[in-house]
Amino acid sequence: MAVAKKTQGADDKEAAAPNGPIADFTKQQELDAYRMMLTIRRFEEKAGQMYGMGLIGGFCHLYIGQEAVVVGMQMAMKEGDQVITGYRDHGHMIACGMDAKGVMAELTGRAHGYSRGKGGSMHMFSKEKGFYGGHGIVGAQVSLGTGLAFANTYRGNDNLSVTYFGDGAANQGQVYESFNMAELWKLPAIYVIENNRYAMGTSVNRASAQADFSKRGLSFNIPGVQVDGMDVRAVKAAGETAAEWCRAGKGPYILEMLTYRYRGHSMSDPAKYRTREEVEKVRTTHDPIDMARARILEKKFATEDDLKKIDGQVRDVINEAAEFATHDPEPDVAELYTDIYR
Amino acid sequence: MDVEAADEGTLGKILVPEGTADVAVNTPIAVILSEGEDKSAIKNAKLSELQKAAEGPPPVAAPAVKASEAPKQEVKTPAAPETKVAADPDIPEGTEMVTMTMREALRDAMAEEMRRDKDVFVMGEEVAEYQGAYKVTQGLLQEFGPKRVIDTPITEHGFAGLGVGAALAGLKPVVEFMTFNFAMQAIDQIINSAAKTLYMSGGQMGCQMVFRGPNGAAARVAAQHSQDYSSWYSHIPGLKVVSPSNAADAKGLLKAAIRDPNPVIFLENEILYGHSSPVPKLEDFVLPIGKARIAREGKDVTIISWSMGMSYALKAAEELAAQGIEAEVIDLRTLKPMDTETIVASVKKTGRAVTVEEGWAQSGVGAEIAARLMEHAFDYLDAPVVRVSGKEVPMPYAANLEKLALPSSAEVVEAAKSVCYR
Repeated sequence: MAVAKKTQGADDKEAAAPNGPIADFTKQQELDAYRMMLTIRRFEEKAGQMYGMGLIGGFCHLYIGQEAVVVGMQMAMKEGDQVITGYRDHGHMIACGMDAKGVMAELTGRAHGYSRGKGGSMHMFSKEKGFYGGHGIVGAQVSLGTGLAFANTYRGNDNLSVTYFGDGAANQGQVYESFNMAELWKLPAIYVIENNRYAMGTSVNRASAQADFSKRGLSFNIPGVQVDGMDVRAVKAAGETAAEWCRAGKGPYILEMLTYRYRGHSMSDPAKYRTREEVEKVRTTHDPIDMARARILEKKFATEDDLKKIDGQVRDVINEAAEFATHDPEPDVAELYTDIYR
Repeated sequence: MDVEAADEGTLGKILVPEGTADVAVNTPIAVILSEGEDKSAIKNAKLSELQKAAEGPPPVAAPAVKASEAPKQEVKTPAAPETKVAADPDIPEGTEMVTMTMREALRDAMAEEMRRDKDVFVMGEEVAEYQGAYKVTQGLLQEFGPKRVIDTPITEHGFAGLGVGAALAGLKPVVEFMTFNFAMQAIDQIINSAAKTLYMSGGQMGCQMVFRGPNGAAARVAAQHSQDYSSWYSHIPGLKVVSPSNAADAKGLLKAAIRDPNPVIFLENEILYGHSSPVPKLEDFVLPIGKARIAREGKDVTIISWSMGMSYALKAAEELAAQGIEAEVIDLRTLKPMDTETIVASVKKTGRAVTVEEGWAQSGVGAEIAARLMEHAFDYLDAPVVRVSGKEVPMPYAANLEKLALPSSAEVVEAAKSVCYR
């Protein structure tokens, strides 16, 4: 059995990235990953602007900084695998292949949003794309995702579920209830702990007795590793190892992604619990998109002009989504009473 | 208030000067230039557009009249849809009636549905090898094997959530709680995940599943093991709540619950498990969810109850008959959706109503029935509705106090007489 590798503690904010395996990306993979990460970032920037303009209401949690995690994991998955996450979910949906227009229109609470305007930022789903939400209760998605894995075992198929949750959710009781059942029944579940260092305003050190989350499954014999969640290649490599383990019938696997959220917890969070310098340092030295861009140029996979073209295309997609979400009508009032029962 | 303004881009125009106080939330404070856009492009037109956008979405159907002339048009809340529920199926004449316990009827219902649909499985504590803490799942492991009859660890929150996840993926779990008292550990998953996901997903994803187990007071198990959750779950849109009182209803309704595409809370009763009553021997006996049953006809007063409460209600009706009062007794069977029609029709006939429940009176099911009677049968009521309920105390252990805490048939008799002014 693989055992959680002792790497740099998450308690050391200056810690370098873990030295896990790095996937060797082809030109196409580098460019695809770059485009997808950039799409997520531009989408989130636009969502932030639209929130500021009052077009998006309530809670809106942005994924900026963490893009490499979902993009790398998605590259390690196959058709029929399921994804579930918490409320910081826009990036996961884009990575799953959901339409930016539909996601943005849900953020603005309009008729053609993925949930017809009835779910909002935190509650969106796509059966077609294998995205099972979008859940607003911290940690609830972990039991649910374990149930998705259970369904795969029950049906005897070759699929697995990927359950994302944060360092904050990792302290919820049902996470461990789920770990226990998943290992007991050898369920094909990958638990991706997105450690972005802050549970709302509480740093990992102030909330977690064991801050190395890759070890959180040890008492259940679930293997876990820490992964550089800012390097999409490291994420993909770790995701593939975990997926192989699950598909071989060996049970669940934990991946702790060391990542960082640039923005506040939600749009109303001025983020006074950390310094601007701390944020700036990650942004300038370890940004997943900048690093991908630098690699692409260095390996001559594309020129500055080629990348500019991609940037422009991505902006067009996002502007179109924003345009759609701004002018799509609100749901018909009759929608108030639909979808309560079927 | 400080805000973290980390939008990247070139500042086009500042709309709210630095240091301005009392700026309303969501007021645009600055315009960021789009790529390739020039600062000079920001004219007043753009600003007004921005402010318009910030004011909110275009209304669905904007009236083409000036606001000053238009009569104040409020968006009317649409009426809640009404659902028609089918009547009970006819039992063909000559159908053999088999007397069985409620426990056996529930087991048979699960076994029949598991034979019918391979996506149905049962999970919970001690449901398999132990054959059920109350033996309701007896024999299921032997017939269906450990893949479909699953012993869980003692982990209600976890396995309820796991069950919901399996249901989201299209399976049809029957999740047994050893008692519903323990389901409080899992109530977040039942309400926030099972009941709400269909709505939150715009109808894309729902949960076809049943949460079942004994509810209400057993004997001498005190406060933490004796509580009636009827009103708790029947408060929640997205859930159906069923609570039968006899073997036939238990079988027909559990089969219906397993087939229902929505999450169903199926509240059983430990004391009733051993009670025997006739069940029609039919190939596929399924009863409609949402339909009450008139358990005894009468003309003087309507007594409304369900589950264990029916024991008090029916006994009281007999005593009342001896005193010359003909009580009509309604067994709700389903608490949500509630069969208002049957209750109202009966009260229009009798003019008087008494509700009986083991749960507490405040915000209880009896309170809901009384409110519905006020709304739909006020002019027919000859007396205020009276509620007979559990006393508002945690269930005591001492036998004498426990008896006092629960409703009794004597209290039902007294209540019925009081509404009849006798």
